[in-house]
Amino acid sequence: MRKIAIAAAVLLVSACSSPAPGTAKGEINVFAAASLNKTFTQLGKDFEAAHGGTSVKFNFAGSSALAQQINNGAPADVFASAAPANMKQVEDKGHVSGKAVNFVTNTLRIAVPKGNPKNIHTLADVVKPDVKLALCAEQVPCGAAAKTVFGAAKLTPKPVTLEQDVSATRTKLELGEVDAALIYRTDVQADADKLDGIDFPEMQSAVNDYPIAVLSGAKNAELARAWVDYVRGEHGKELLAKAGFTVV
Amino acid sequence: MSEQNRVPTLLLLPALLGLAFLALPLVGLLLRTPWDRLGEQLAAPAVREALWLSLITATVATVLCLLLGVPLALLLSRTRLPGIRLIRAVITVPLVLPPVVGGVALLLAFGRNGVLGRYLDAWFGITLPFTSAGVVLAETFVAMPFLVIAVEGALRGIDRRYEEAAATLGAGRWTVFRRVTLPMIAPGVLAGAVLCWARALGEFGATITFAGNFPGTTRTMPLTVYLALETDPQAATVLSLLMLVVSVLVLAGLRHRWVGVQ
Repeated sequence: MRKIAIAAAVLLVSACSSPAPGTAKGEINVFAAASLNKTFTQLGKDFEAAHGGTSVKFNFAGSSALAQQINNGAPADVFASAAPANMKQVEDKGHVSGKAVNFVTNTLRIAVPKGNPKNIHTLADVVKPDVKLALCAEQVPCGAAAKTVFGAAKLTPKPVTLEQDVSATRTKLELGEVDAALIYRTDVQADADKLDGIDFPEMQSAVNDYPIAVLSGAKNAELARAWVDYVRGEHGKELLAKAGFTVV
Repeated sequence: MSEQNRVPTLLLLPALLGLAFLALPLVGLLLRTPWDRLGEQLAAPAVREALWLSLITATVATVLCLLLGVPLALLLSRTRLPGIRLIRAVITVPLVLPPVVGGVALLLAFGRNGVLGRYLDAWFGITLPFTSAGVVLAETFVAMPFLVIAVEGALRGIDRRYEEAAATLGAGRWTVFRRVTLPMIAPGVLAGAVLCWARALGEFGATITFAGNFPGTTRTMPLTVYLALETDPQAATVLSLLMLVVSVLVLAGLRHRWVGVQ
């Protein structure tokens, strides 16, 4: 009870302190693809440190789930999708303010546990019957990309599960429940101590563009724009590149 | 004076609010159902596959719950084991645990690297995640407490003198249980089984975490609804309606036998 009272008091106080004109302050909600989790979380901390009195909150999930939430009125200021298709779902409903811009690209890699116990080297290896494979569901960008690369390689994958976002797919691999997964280059790199990544020629057939946009329902459009500029600015580019994204 | 008139007027408003709150979402579902697309949606092979999988796994899970849960309830109500309160707490935990957490726990126990799962894999080549058996396991984990609590309540509610009389007349423990206790608690067992089945049918969190999500083997109706919501909200509405109808049918079919109401 006391905690709630204190929280309410804090909320009241923070609601009363109106932002100084000119400099963006306050809070924004950023809805971002699961694959951006690590980089955006770090960028968020740096942004808050550079812009006193601001708070960046994140909602990370599969891009299709996020698009659905935004279209159903979720309080989002910025949307960063792992594929243009999911941004378009939001654009079509008139929820994008201005125009979405692509800021990075990402590609899939084959991810296997460190040491590659199943000796996987090509895309043909992951469709072998004794290899348990996890993929993203087709609805989310990493799943759509997986479908494209298997199409390009003329292979039919037999995954044991189709996960809701790339993080869930990676988790199944990390827990040792599957032998291989198709996840983003950046996700392999983020877990380089546990996972090995394998490149394959067909990966170039599915390069994901990541669009970012301020949303028309943004409660704090000014801060939202500042965030997008920060992501596309020098420091943002540096962190994104370090995480394995290709900055465009 | 009829029963209703004894409700204090002061409580009438919150009661009606409560009713409206529970009913409104269902009304919303009915209002937004695209009736013209109903047939087409329900005929989709993916939907039939998911519904079939849901019905089978929920039924198998209920049978498992009955086989394990009724003896467990008997143990809880008829013995004075040391630490019985701890045992009861353990049994109730899945009831209050977020199902996703249950799924994680199941992975750590029965997953390929799990406490027990690693031996299942190494000795028998059995891996439960990503199989329909895994779905059954997740559903059983989440639903069994409902059955145990219902049956335990029924066991505590019956007149034990019948059991004692049977024993005095020379019936063994097994005979007393089978011929006296079980028939007396049958309505409670049935009620528990229905609750258990409904809970298993609706299971989402533990299933998607432990068993994964693949059409035909682990993608049950709730998972299908969730997936459809992201791409085709109308389809999700239709599927939700289907789940609602199934649930209501089960309730209606068993209503007159429900907990032996007079």
